[in-house]
Amino acid sequence: MNYSATLLASLLLAGSLPALAEDLEHGENLYTIYCTQCHGVTGNGDGVNVPAMSVQPRNHRDQGEMSARTDAELFKAVKEGGKSINKSVLMPPWSGNLSDDDIHALVRYMRHLCCESGG
Amino acid sequence: MRLKLLAGLLLTGGLLQPSPGALADTGQWLQSECGSCHALEKPDYPALGHVERVTRKGPPLHFAGNKFQAGWLESWLQDPVRIRPAGVFPPGAVVPSDEGDVIDPATLEEHPALDAKQAKRAADYLMVLRPHDELIAATIYEPGSIARRMGELNFTKFNGCDACHSDGPGYGGLSGPELYTAWQRLQPGFIASFIADPAAWDPHTLMPKAGLNDSAVGRLANYLKLIGEEAP
Ligand code: HEC
Ligand code: HEC
Ligand code: HEC
Repeated sequence: MNYSATLLASLLLAGSLPALAEDLEHGENLYTIYCTQCHGVTGNGDGVNVPAMSVQPRNHRDQGEMSARTDAELFKAVKEGGKSINKSVLMPPWSGNLSDDDIHALVRYMRHLCCESGG
Repeated sequence: MRLKLLAGLLLTGGLLQPSPGALADTGQWLQSECGSCHALEKPDYPALGHVERVTRKGPPLHFAGNKFQAGWLESWLQDPVRIRPAGVFPPGAVVPSDEGDVIDPATLEEHPALDAKQAKRAADYLMVLRPHDELIAATIYEPGSIARRMGELNFTKFNGCDACHSDGPGYGGLSGPELYTAWQRLQPGFIASFIADPAAWDPHTLMPKAGLNDSAVGRLANYLKLIGEEAP
């Protein structure tokens, strides 16, 4: 690896790491505001609304369940709602409230919850 | 002499339209009494970003005149009873427990109450705040009737409104305002318009836009009318 490639690599890292962290924080904020009412403040699917619901919200900390879904599938479920993927209408569509960028940040945060946050 | 006295009483009693000066005074008074928790002017939502919702301490009031029934507003301000079981920001009012997330009552404050004269003054001012006449005008809704069973199915199974809202005391979800009193509290046009596109009213609402057509919205609004007209 020559000098300029190393420089480029470190520039890329310096530029993209804070951006990733920012994205994760944005996703976490959005998740807290819009999703925890059903998915729970810890993301375990036990939100304050659950006693009134006939279908349990997905546990976003469940690595097995979450690994069975691609990012594109998660994105579609959030953007277009449960109905769009033959799941319950109780999972609402969020396209009227959140931008595509917001939803990408949410997908990123759910990946963190299930598989990077240590349980 | 008598007549003059009467005219004076009428003026000070506010039976005539409030003068612009009096409105400005009321605006300042409300800003200082209520402005720490309620937006009396539209916040710059895009600049504030979604975290605005985390810091919000009360529902926005800057479109009060498009939203509330004037009579309800005046009497609620004198005797404010809880409307949102988990307060204005549910994620901040719940704690995890073995039975799942539960509301922590210690996070919910009593609402300040006004005396009759203050309540009238506040309500008169708030009812003039109507920045969203255009949303109401664009709403096609003629209040009508619906069979209870059909209304219930629309509210629950078909649209999942009951995940977040109660349609009777003790029934339904807790993150949204109780809806069995919505018809007494809110203008019919607001109810229909908000169901159709909640983010048009409040870009940071916790209520998703369900993407319903006019007749589906109408059925839901008519169900709120049905249950609201028999609410305690
Ligand atoms: C009104 C309650 C409610 C809210 C609010 C809610 N969800 Fe859900 N969600 C559900 C339910 C119920 C399911 C399970 C659906 C099923 O299994 O049929 C679900 C499932 C999901 C799934 C899994 C879909 C799959 O592939 O199985 C994802 C991803 C998801 N929700 C993300 C989110 C995100 C992100 C938010 C916030 C923007 C959110 N949800 C807000 C109720 C809700
Ligand atoms: C300490 C914060 C705080 C202050 C100060 C405050 N409010 Fe509120 N207000 C709230 C909260 C929180 C709610 C939601 C109550 C509920 O849903 O049960 C609320 C609800 C309301 C509602 C009903 C809104 C709706 O959309 O349902 C009105 C009207 C209102 N307040 C008017 C006022 C007025 C007028 C004042 C000043 C005289 C005032 N408030 C002062 C916090 C506050
Ligand atoms: C994910 C939870 C959620 C779902 C699902 C939901 N709402 Fe809401 N709704 C809310 C919240 C929360 C508010 C109050 C505004 C806010 O704080 O964002 C609200 C406000 C309202 C209001 C205005 C009430 C007031 O007092 O301000 C009406 C009417 C309403 N919803 C009807 C419905 C109907 C009908 C459905 C089904 C199509 C529905 N909602 C689905 C959460 C929800």
